[in-house]
Amino acid sequence: MIRLEQLCKTYHLGGESVHALDHFDLCIEAGDYLSVMGPSGSGKSTLLNMLGLLDTPDSGRYWLEEQEMGALSEEQHARVRNQRIGFVFQAYHLIDRLSARENIELPLVLTGVPPRERKPRVDELLERLGLEHHATHHPHQLSGGQRQRVAIARAVIRRPALLLADEPTGNLDSHASGEVISLLEELNGEGITLLVVTHDPAIGGRARRRLWMQDGALIRETDGDGNTVNSESDRADARR
Amino acid sequence: MRVADLIQFNLHLLLRQWFRTLMILLATAVGVAAVLLLTGLGEGARRFVLDEFSLLGQDTLIMLPGRKETTGGLPPLTGEGTRDITLEDVAALERLPEIQMVAPLIVGNAQVYVGGRNREILTLGTSARFFDLRQLSMQQGQALPQATLEQAGSVCVIGPEVREILFGAAPALGEWIRVGDRRFRVIGIVEDRGESLGMDVSNQVIIPVASAQQIFNTQGMFRVLLQVRPGASFDSARQRVLELMQQRHGGERDVTLITQDALLGAFSDILHLLTLSVGAIAAISLVVAGILIMNITLISVSQRTAEIGLLKALGASANLVRLLFLSEALMLSTLGALLGIASGYALLWLGHSIWPQFPVSVPFWALSGSLVIALGVATLFAWLPASRAAHLAPVLALRGEVHDA
Repeated sequence: MIRLEQLCKTYHLGGESVHALDHFDLCIEAGDYLSVMGPSGSGKSTLLNMLGLLDTPDSGRYWLEEQEMGALSEEQHARVRNQRIGFVFQAYHLIDRLSARENIELPLVLTGVPPRERKPRVDELLERLGLEHHATHHPHQLSGGQRQRVAIARAVIRRPALLLADEPTGNLDSHASGEVISLLEELNGEGITLLVVTHDPAIGGRARRRLWMQDGALIRETDGDGNTVNSESDRADARR
Repeated sequence: MRVADLIQFNLHLLLRQWFRTLMILLATAVGVAAVLLLTGLGEGARRFVLDEFSLLGQDTLIMLPGRKETTGGLPPLTGEGTRDITLEDVAALERLPEIQMVAPLIVGNAQVYVGGRNREILTLGTSARFFDLRQLSMQQGQALPQATLEQAGSVCVIGPEVREILFGAAPALGEWIRVGDRRFRVIGIVEDRGESLGMDVSNQVIIPVASAQQIFNTQGMFRVLLQVRPGASFDSARQRVLELMQQRHGGERDVTLITQDALLGAFSDILHLLTLSVGAIAAISLVVAGILIMNITLISVSQRTAEIGLLKALGASANLVRLLFLSEALMLSTLGALLGIASGYALLWLGHSIWPQFPVSVPFWALSGSLVIALGVATLFAWLPASRAAHLAPVLALRGEVHDA
């Protein structure tokens, strides 16, 4: 479903070049569950932004559902983000002045879905996530776990193919973390491809594919049993 | 995005930042109200003057001695003709079939004495026709008597202001006053009607034209007012008058005939220009309101970078983000303009009810112009910040908030 080929992204910070992504290759099958781990500055957030079309690579190519993203215009990127990709952020990124319901239906509102079509979809999600009593509450009236669930509802209201989560449990206690991760996994079970960027090995360890990154490159990948599937040395061999 | 959703989204925002909203509304409203108020007053002044000047009626010709080129401009006030317009000329003019009535006019400042007091007062020498032509009504007594033009009667009619100056509270009717070196008996007091043709009858003394000729030692008329007979063609009457005068003055066309239209046209143009310029000055305040909108929108964009990034991540295109900010500014200025229109009209109405004789009316161009400027300026000045928002990279915008939080 997703294919990255030789993706490069370099940031210039104070005269120094940082290779956030260094000739990065990756294939993701539909319905996969991946975690991306690595130290700060290893490029994992950049990878997530590339996949989410929030950032553009300096070079390399990115296919999403057999479509080359580099060939699309900004307007088309916006449409892909709206319809095929869901985002979950560490800081939730809910709009404070809007109620939980209004936050959730925002992706529908932005593309002009009429209210009578929006309501049943939002109601269904609210009920499913146990938020039906919080529909009219504003973000500041909700707990961290509830906020992240509202954010997840917003991410999946469009039934995207790809769900990108950037440290989704970074601001939550362990109980709320567990709930949020189970919810994400449940959605993955329904066929949504899930990619979680995290510092937490306990969270990352739950994924079927675990990627370790360093200096913008993939250094190791392990499967659900902890076996190394692919490492930088293998790749180096393959390249030779 | 649907229009209803867009409006609701903006309303959330505007209510949330109500103080900022209120300030912009106020700035726009003041600008629009100022335009309406000033142009309303200017237009009112124009109409007031036109109404007052129209007292002569549309069928009146004004003759002045000397040949002047009148191309819509104001005629010179001192007309020195090659040949005087005499009382015989006036009498001859009155006999023309196209002319209903003729009023000669000699105007000058004369020293007027009553008892110990004396004042210099504008003195009009004319005939009884003048009262009909100007449709003057009498407060007390009667108008000048119908008499032959050459009869230098010793009667006068005074304006109410003159009466006040010369007699104070004492009765004036039947009293004698001295104008120059002649004595006149006051037989009437004119009704106060305010300014007319720049000549306020309320502070004038009106005496028979022959008497004025003696006082001012002149034979020629200063002006002759001619009223065209109803039903007669205005142009042919004008032609006949000119021909008659040419014939009487030895083949020389040495008089000028002007119509009220030419006179009023000049006044109207001046006042219209005046209204236009005060309107333009007021419109500057609208531009100031626009700059305020730009600043506030810029602040809004920088405060809402995270939200912009989020909206983009959720699928808002650059155009949609621009539309969000533009529509917010447009909504603000529309509301502000409506508020300004309401308060502008309210103030004009208030002014009119306090001073009813002054007609106030907002010209349509001012109403539509202020609306267009308010909305145009809002769009223009919000465009830059809105475009800045539209071109924010979503990833940078999102990162913006992580630092803030």
